[in-house]
Amino acid sequence: MAMDFSETADRMDVRYVAALARISLDGAEAEELQSQLDGILAYVGELKKLDVEGVPAFDDASGVEGAWHEDEPGECLPHDVAMSLAPLERHGQFVVPKIIE
Amino acid sequence: MRKDELIELGVGDALDAMAAGRTSSEELTAALLERMDALQPQLNALTWYDAEDALAQARAADAERAAGAAETKPLLGVPIAIKDLLNVRGQPCTAGSNILKGYTAPYDATVIARLRAAGAVMVSRANTDEFAMGGSTETSAYGPSKNPWDPTRIPGGSSGGSAAAVAARLAPAALGSDTGGSIRQPASFCGITGLKPTYGRVSRYGCTAFASSLDQVGPMARTVEDAARVYAVIAGADPHDATTRAEPLGDPVGAARGGAASRSLKGVRIGLPREYFSSGTDPEVESLVRAAVEECRRLGAETVDVSLPHTQYGIACYYILAPAEASANLARYEGVRYGARARDAEDLLALYEQTRSRGFGAEVKRRVILGTYVLGSGFYDAYYARAQKVRTLVRRDFEAAFAGGGCDVLLGPVAPTPAFRLGERTADPLQMYLGDIFTVNVNLAGVCAMSVPCGFTAAGLPVGLHLVGPAFGEDRLLSVAAAYQASTDWHLRRPPEETLDGAMV
Amino acid sequence: MTYIASIGLEVHVQLKTRTKMFCSCPAHREDDPPNTNVCPVCLGLPGALPVPNREAIRKTVKTGLMMGSTISLRSRFDRKNYFYPDMPKNYQITQQERPLCIGGGLEIEVNGKKKYIRLNHIHQEEDAAKITHLEHSSEIDYNRASTPLMEMVTEPDMSTPDEAIAFLTALREMLIYAGISECDLERGHMRCDVNSSIRPAGTDRLGVKCEIKNMNTFRGIHRALEYELRRQQSVLESGGTLRQETRRWDDEAGATFPMRSKEYAHDYRYFNEPDLPPVVLDQATIDQWRTEIPELPRARRARFVADYGLPEYDAGVLTADRAIADWYEAAARASKNPKAVSNWVMGELLRALGEKGLSITDAKITPAALASLLDLLDKKTINGPAAKEVFQILFDQGGDPAEIVKAKGLAQVSDTGAMETFAEQAIAANPKSVDDYRSGKQAALMYLVGQVMKLSRGKANPQLAAEILRSKLAP
Repeated sequence: MAMDFSETADRMDVRYVAALARISLDGAEAEELQSQLDGILAYVGELKKLDVEGVPAFDDASGVEGAWHEDEPGECLPHDVAMSLAPLERHGQFVVPKIIE
Repeated sequence: MRKDELIELGVGDALDAMAAGRTSSEELTAALLERMDALQPQLNALTWYDAEDALAQARAADAERAAGAAETKPLLGVPIAIKDLLNVRGQPCTAGSNILKGYTAPYDATVIARLRAAGAVMVSRANTDEFAMGGSTETSAYGPSKNPWDPTRIPGGSSGGSAAAVAARLAPAALGSDTGGSIRQPASFCGITGLKPTYGRVSRYGCTAFASSLDQVGPMARTVEDAARVYAVIAGADPHDATTRAEPLGDPVGAARGGAASRSLKGVRIGLPREYFSSGTDPEVESLVRAAVEECRRLGAETVDVSLPHTQYGIACYYILAPAEASANLARYEGVRYGARARDAEDLLALYEQTRSRGFGAEVKRRVILGTYVLGSGFYDAYYARAQKVRTLVRRDFEAAFAGGGCDVLLGPVAPTPAFRLGERTADPLQMYLGDIFTVNVNLAGVCAMSVPCGFTAAGLPVGLHLVGPAFGEDRLLSVAAAYQASTDWHLRRPPEETLDGAMV
Repeated sequence: MTYIASIGLEVHVQLKTRTKMFCSCPAHREDDPPNTNVCPVCLGLPGALPVPNREAIRKTVKTGLMMGSTISLRSRFDRKNYFYPDMPKNYQITQQERPLCIGGGLEIEVNGKKKYIRLNHIHQEEDAAKITHLEHSSEIDYNRASTPLMEMVTEPDMSTPDEAIAFLTALREMLIYAGISECDLERGHMRCDVNSSIRPAGTDRLGVKCEIKNMNTFRGIHRALEYELRRQQSVLESGGTLRQETRRWDDEAGATFPMRSKEYAHDYRYFNEPDLPPVVLDQATIDQWRTEIPELPRARRARFVADYGLPEYDAGVLTADRAIADWYEAAARASKNPKAVSNWVMGELLRALGEKGLSITDAKITPAALASLLDLLDKKTINGPAAKEVFQILFDQGGDPAEIVKAKGLAQVSDTGAMETFAEQAIAANPKSVDDYRSGKQAALMYLVGQVMKLSRGKANPQLAAEILRSKLAP
């Protein structure tokens, strides 16, 4: 909805992208990151010079065909072990603060 | 045995000494713990160790040995340092990050389960760049580790803690992980031997993910044979990792021993990628690598010039794909189910933003934001989709050199420079990334590779030789590396004790 | 102006499997205490990796085969990125670019008119955890996280709320029948996003689409669609413009409301899931799975009419539930009188099951037992009331009808000697009725037959009794 990306933009709005990644940046941090990322993007943008017409996308590093698990229940983590990880627990559940949509 | 002898034992040596009754796992482990106590303040190679925990494992191994278990447990009683990225049940696993402070792993990574089954002692946790993102350990929330050869320098990274621990005799071997060079580059900088196995050879289950299509766990040790011993235990298909392949393992230890015994490279065809001998490499590094080429020829190898024409695009390709995958892999750290949590957040969004903003360090934020960007609508095609195509081209380069060019291994430098100074590259991330020029393509192509010591600079810094094998060609690679190593003595040098003692900076 | 509505559905169906989509934790344990069916994978712990559930893939492919979809020999999983605490990894593993099943469709019937609703595709994905919203916080139970889900996306081929419900009803019936899902709506096994738009009659271009999220009752969907189509029409008629948006149905208010759009909700940053290799299927496997698909209700209905001579009505009732249909068919095949079997299944059996609240699989009576019971009836070994008595015993305890008849002495008396004695006793005791009969009142004979039945304690063959009485009273 509030998509600021556009096909023509070539500069990243670092605050916007950070917000998408649920990272908030203070002013100095944002400024420094902006300039670093601009530099990195300019560098990786070099790929645009390469002709990749007709080259298939590399989408599988493994070469595995058909990896499955059979439908047999296995071991779970004991409930107390799972909950011992929780930063905040109530009623045997993980708790998050109020969700504002 | 004397403590100074115990700490020098490699994996094979330790097994022999325990089998002969000259020492026990408990005695060996105790000697290493004492050394950790002495050197950890200077080197900061480790993020955690617990004497009681380690000694309990060691005593259990000794009891098993007494009960005759040595036959079936190839690493019985051998202490191993574990990169702080791999889950070991009951031990912390921080990935070098504040965001995992307080997290105790409730399960074993598959490689750890295999080490346990083989009788190994998980003796310590080794420092790493945060989520393995870095080449120096300087992004670790625990502070950088120091290079045992020169504590004003970094040990490399991200498996820098593992490399420093093995070089400084804190452990006979370690596990590292390699996403873009993170086993090989610190092995090179610390003068030890490291193997990055073929993608799909070693299970990633329980290895905290950085970039799923590139990560691979591997051994770091002081000799090829020792690396092979650890590798032989951790390798193999895993039902918990859908990307592992059931390729025959072969006989890695036998291959390494055979290579070392023969001290011959007759019949071995070594490809010298033109792009790996380009200007831009430190002259000392280049001349040491060229001397290694001469040594290989002397041992009977045939060398041929080959080309990996897309080498120069590797870093750009890598720094799109790896951050993209990382941006999703690291989304799970938000303080809801485990790890650190911003306690004062009033609503969910604030919980996410505060936990992540405080929990992640600068490099992780940089890469997560970069990865989020290159996947964003409107940018996906220009960056991510294009990089995936370039990755195909990079893989074809290697296929052409191996299958087409008939090469058994490719040879070149691991990194363009020896270990650099602490803080030297932290201000300029791109400069740091460019150091990965020779290693990232190996990960992009998914093939296997090693770093073995091939000499020292005038300043006394170790330099590693990069040997690259085809997919699932580990045995041949180990045999070639072992033959070279057996005919040289670079790997036998150790960091001077006075340097280590004076390492307090 | 008249408007034409276009309705499309995105149906999420929980697959009936024993384990979760990407780990071996038990699935569908809705009544277990929270966070007891969780592991490193479905909690999204550092380093945990997904491994797909073969059974879930099999069930999705079978659904595609039933609906005439093209099955992808090579499909892929993708990551859909969004932060929400019901997703332990903060991305969902789903299929975006290359789903398992492409195309296909389902025929529906509304008011006697048939219509084919096309599918765009069916893809495989994982369900989210359960969140309980409290006043100041929310609690999360990951038991449901990563339950196998298939999402079916239709083309906007439906044009009335009735058609949408007809599609969902037919789909649900089919999925339950084939054992793909239990489709228990109350338990959220089937959830729906409903897309609708309207356009002026005579135009081709689809109107602006509004999506109503997360509906889980058919009644709610029907009401929401009626409301939504009315709303869209009134906006257009009052000269307004519609905007593409996501709305929420408020059942109490009986209206849809725009959802406050999460600012970043719409950049999911899909990319292929690097932890999972492609899903590669070979034709032989798909062909094997095809053979496992049961005959679907529609086809079975027609066959019951043709093979067993049943009226449409009977065939409809019997095939509505696969277990009943299977039971009926087993009994019908063992019997010479399939129509009688149908009467008994629809009458006695369903009644008895209903009274006890049992399902057919719990019943002690076997199809073979019913068939032989009806055979005894046909052969007049027992009479109707005795048959009902035997049925009840079979239903409660099981057993062999012939033996029950023997043990209880329920066989009809057809022995003419005994019958003649009963007839003579009845004639002697009822002179009035005898006179009435002789003077032409047929009903009097029935009374005498009743007396014979009484004397035989219900075991007399009534036809035989009437015959003997007639001959004895013949002038």
